[in-house]
Amino acid sequence: MSSSPLASASAIKQLQASSVDPSAFVANPQLDAQGHLRHFLTIDGLDRALLTDILDRAEGFLSVARAPVKKVPLCRGKIIANLFFENSTRTRTTFELAAKRLSADVLNLNISTSATAKGETLLDTLRNLEAMHVDMFVVRHSDSGAAHFIARHAAPHVSVINAGDGCHSHPTQSMLDMFTIRRHKGEIAGLKVAIVGDILHSRVARSQISALNTLGAAEVRVIAPRTLIPACAPEALGVRVCHDLREGVTDCDVIIMLRLQRERMTGGFLPSEHEYFYLFGLTEKRLASAKPDAIVMHPGPINRGVEMDSEVADGPRSVILEQVSNGLAVRMAIMSTCIGAQHSAGQSPEREAARD
Amino acid sequence: MTDGDIWQNAEQLETIMATMARDLQTRCQERGIDRPLMVGIHTGGVWVAERLHQLLGLEEPLGFLDISFYRDDFTRIGLHPQVHPSELPVAVDDRAVILVDDVLQSGRTIRAALNVLFDYGRPSQVLLAILAERDGRELPINPDVVGLHAELAHGNHIKLSGPEPLRLEQRAAPKDQP
Repeated sequence: MSSSPLASASAIKQLQASSVDPSAFVANPQLDAQGHLRHFLTIDGLDRALLTDILDRAEGFLSVARAPVKKVPLCRGKIIANLFFENSTRTRTTFELAAKRLSADVLNLNISTSATAKGETLLDTLRNLEAMHVDMFVVRHSDSGAAHFIARHAAPHVSVINAGDGCHSHPTQSMLDMFTIRRHKGEIAGLKVAIVGDILHSRVARSQISALNTLGAAEVRVIAPRTLIPACAPEALGVRVCHDLREGVTDCDVIIMLRLQRERMTGGFLPSEHEYFYLFGLTEKRLASAKPDAIVMHPGPINRGVEMDSEVADGPRSVILEQVSNGLAVRMAIMSTCIGAQHSAGQSPEREAARD
Repeated sequence: MTDGDIWQNAEQLETIMATMARDLQTRCQERGIDRPLMVGIHTGGVWVAERLHQLLGLEEPLGFLDISFYRDDFTRIGLHPQVHPSELPVAVDDRAVILVDDVLQSGRTIRAALNVLFDYGRPSQVLLAILAERDGRELPINPDVVGLHAELAHGNHIKLSGPEPLRLEQRAAPKDQP
């Protein structure tokens, strides 16, 4: 794995406990001085304890969907703005619903058709939203690093969640995948996980690989044509590379299929959809070489007959629809963790214990 | 958090809860309640409710409430990572509910628990049973049945440890706290 410039929460705590000058340390911009999660921009640099905390919190939020009133008042009075510079109805809807289940007020801004299209700069847009007392920005952008940029320029009381930036990161998607795996397998540690598809361009894959490695997966394999895997993948991502699907899924506990963007078919990366499915499409026959209790995942929307057969997508080992339901609970956990951290600095656990 | 002094041990608590069960029976008779639904508040309240449920011989399963998502101090202290799902075995509409908690101080937990309960339906009435109440009320919450009244030094608090064995502990306030 490549070393990350971001520091983990435990590293910051160790640093604070030591005599080392903290100013000499490049802190993780996602964490506040107490190591609490203020922004959720990438999995990189977050430690196992923090990721596990988010997954544990999400377990509690699953029950909200089963209650007669599918709302809790945690974020009542907070304003969450969905800033989608890139279209995504599905992801925006889950963030919106997650925020509404936390009782927050939600603003949906389709930036491509609003202020920035009229010439207003991104920072002007941010300042205007901050003047409306927005507490959180959920950002999707086609440029890698956009969410980091916004977090760097946001007011101190505002949290930023990355809902997907370029080819870089999609941390909430990877966390809902980890949550789904954990619910089926109990633990991430020790699992063999195969990720199949366009690794080269996939922000989802990057975040999944980072989360799987942090949470202790035994082996992460990436399976794709040579044109869709970065040459440096084994060293840079800490994965094993396979170009044969059957070999790649052998003895795997989890198989994550990635969505193939149609433009890749004409971009010189692949000869055709038909050939891709012939070599890398998941069928029941190919699935047979995975462990008998292996689960199949996909971030959606599925290209049936390209990434996988309908027989697999709708089969007993598919957990694709569960991923969608789990996505709400995980996003509620991440949003409430960040908003809870906005004002929790300096509070002691002893104080909580002292209240009835 | 370090262990505190044991204020009431398991044997003493058993006697106290037997008295609470008798008091609850009396209150139910006075109010014409014949099939109360018992609900414990996580975590200590559930331990007390389990024993009271057994002593009263209630047939319907016990309900559980977690108030973490309804705390009014969330934005000051953040969210607890371990939230137990609330579970009510039957609909609460038009039912008499006995709400059980271990310690009553400010009353904010009970206020939150009532909010959770009313998100599940509209009970006909709610009785409140508390193992130990102490000074420090911040809201107008008054229990119907109380096991113990605690008089504590300023800043000290009491906590139920359990579930096996159950014991009430007195704990001193952390030195760096006001």
